[in-house]
Amino acid sequence: MTHGTQNSPSYLDAPYGIWSWLLTKDHKRIGIMYLISVTVFFAIGGLFAAGIRTELLTPQGDFLTADLYNKLFTLHGVVMIFFFLIPSIPATLGNFLIPIQIGAKDLAFPRINLLSWYIYVIGAVFTLAAVFMGGVDTGWTFYTPYSSIASNTNVVLAALGVFITGFSSILTGFNFIVTIHRMRAPGMTWFRLPLFIWAHYATSLVMILGTPVVAITILLVFAERAMGFAIFDPRAGGDPVLFQHLFWFYSHPAVYIMILPGMGVVSELVAAVSRKQIFGYSFVAYSSLAIAIIGFLVWGHHMFVSSQSIYAGLVFSIITMIVAVPSAVKTFNWTATMYKGSVTWESPTYWVIGFMGLFLIGGLTGLFLGTMGLDVHLHDTYFVVAHFHYIMVGGAIMAFLGGVHFYWPKMTGRMYPEAMGKISAILVFVGFNLTFFPQFVLGYLGMPRRYHAYPEDFQILNVLSTAGAGVLGLGYALIVFYLVASLFKERNAPANPWGATGLEWQIQSPPITLNFESDPIVTEDAYNYAGRAGHGGHAKKAGEV
Amino acid sequence: MSAPNVHADAHQEHHPKLQHHFHNMAQQLEASILGMWVFLVTEVMFFGGLFMAYLLYRNMYPDAWLAGSNELNEVLGGINTLVLIVSSLTMALAVRAAQVGHRMWQIANLILTIIFGSIFLIVKYFEYAAKFEHHLVPGSSFDPAREPAQQLFFSLYFMMTGIHALHMVVGIVLLFIILRMAWKNQFSADYFAPVEVTGLYWHFVDIVWIFLFPLLYLIGKHH
Repeated sequence: MTHGTQNSPSYLDAPYGIWSWLLTKDHKRIGIMYLISVTVFFAIGGLFAAGIRTELLTPQGDFLTADLYNKLFTLHGVVMIFFFLIPSIPATLGNFLIPIQIGAKDLAFPRINLLSWYIYVIGAVFTLAAVFMGGVDTGWTFYTPYSSIASNTNVVLAALGVFITGFSSILTGFNFIVTIHRMRAPGMTWFRLPLFIWAHYATSLVMILGTPVVAITILLVFAERAMGFAIFDPRAGGDPVLFQHLFWFYSHPAVYIMILPGMGVVSELVAAVSRKQIFGYSFVAYSSLAIAIIGFLVWGHHMFVSSQSIYAGLVFSIITMIVAVPSAVKTFNWTATMYKGSVTWESPTYWVIGFMGLFLIGGLTGLFLGTMGLDVHLHDTYFVVAHFHYIMVGGAIMAFLGGVHFYWPKMTGRMYPEAMGKISAILVFVGFNLTFFPQFVLGYLGMPRRYHAYPEDFQILNVLSTAGAGVLGLGYALIVFYLVASLFKERNAPANPWGATGLEWQIQSPPITLNFESDPIVTEDAYNYAGRAGHGGHAKKAGEV
Repeated sequence: MSAPNVHADAHQEHHPKLQHHFHNMAQQLEASILGMWVFLVTEVMFFGGLFMAYLLYRNMYPDAWLAGSNELNEVLGGINTLVLIVSSLTMALAVRAAQVGHRMWQIANLILTIIFGSIFLIVKYFEYAAKFEHHLVPGSSFDPAREPAQQLFFSLYFMMTGIHALHMVVGIVLLFIILRMAWKNQFSADYFAPVEVTGLYWHFVDIVWIFLFPLLYLIGKHH
């Protein structure tokens, strides 16, 4: 290519043709395939959301029937959570960056990595089949006994889709753990690892420990619904609350599968845009593990108003307060990193700051909901909806988009117009707040979630929310537009457009198939911004191993 | 794998089984073994959901659990337990034979393991058939004279042993693949990772049964 001083072609150029992609074992190509797939599902999930917000413009149920509305919010949740948010950062940026950041040629199991993408696609086909054959209306939570014996929609297909896709997530986490343990370059000690790696290690732990539990849970629902077994069925003495326990044992930690990789991205970006060593590296690293571990002990806070014992609720409530601590540690450390840093106002900076603001609000309102007494009032209202959208959309998607903007030059070899990156970040930030802040108020006033009609008093706030969704959608569409447009231009990205540290910025953009021309040896800590002037980076020729 | 820059790593010893992204055979072996252990952790969590349901319902319906357990044939279950334990021994011997490069001994032990695994499945088939005959399969054909909570017991019985049997089938398929590789003389003291990880998997499936047998067959036998 234009700036190729090396002998090897970049991973984008190596072999051409559709099969060279569909049968690739290159983690970078698989990351790109995932990026395309999750973007498609984000668009599909966004369309469902558009239907929901349009219905809620008016208090009467005049745009959609109640049944169709139920299906839309179910499909919005299923698609966004299982087919977009869970794989969003790990399977795209994680796949692309983890081997490069630790100085390896690929993940430990390249074929299993490809298999995970195919499993994702097969799961997606099942779920799309459920959509086209009439949809599913259980809510993304598939609560029994409604899902197993009452609902007459396509629960089996949708549940199988989720079941299958879960295995792609398990395989991703499995691959990351082995890779991080066994594939690090010489000199890449655990405490020289970029925080992106620590975050993904913690995420992978949640993936391998949690996902199998939801897999067996969904399988039990399947057995009850399709084979006539009795597991949760109250008619045989089964306990539907057992389903809720098993489901949330995965699905609460799943929230950390969504946000931890985002925290990893933000740790990279915040150091890069501040040109400063991250403040309290080991605290940020350990806080990822703390979130992963404590996150497994809080699931009962979804069940304060189920038949769960009040003493269990008390314990879950206290642990929920505790899990907020490591998140706060991260937020304080990021802020301290920016303090007296040489902050430059490039487009990744906008995304990072947007993330911090939205994540802060999402996290603090989580404490409201974790308080048992208050949760009785707020449970199943729009306050909950607003809270988790602040974490998942405001947090995870802002971080995802920030990461995409930061690593786009590395992945594609192209720069995008800086002004567009900033405008879209502002549009998304404003649109997001306009969409979801009114929902906090609505929920506090008592508007329940999952209804297609509401009292007239709530209309103004709902109109604001729908207007915000329009702005948000515009922001997302703009990003797709200019990023795709950049692909049709010449490759103009330098190896290190942001002046960042890390092995990924020492190699050409886009990288060669095997990532490094010669095996790197690491001789310094991560984020050594102070020592990098004139240092020439820390990728050196390999001598003897 | 397409490897456009073969020159990059030319100084390493090159075993034909060394994949391009590993530095050496030792790293490749360590990755495979760690990989299987991590996979087995996911399996523990997968079965863990079933054990959780078992624990809860056994506590809630002890009588139904006793009645259900008394319908299971502990002799057949005991034979199967013995068969599986012996199969774990032959599997371990096969791994050892691969590590020391003793091909015929390895092949013999792999075949024995496959035979024992198949015996287990055949016995299981007859046990399942008896449950169908006695109207013990949950659903519309379940014996209406029985207490409803026994459906919970038999639902869990079929889910636990069924998923376990499925793992056995997968294990036997893996053993055939390993057998074919051994037949082609592909293993040596430098390269035995596939045998080793298949062995780990086989032992795990065995251990699951070691838990299932007493929990399902032996609780409170009081003839």
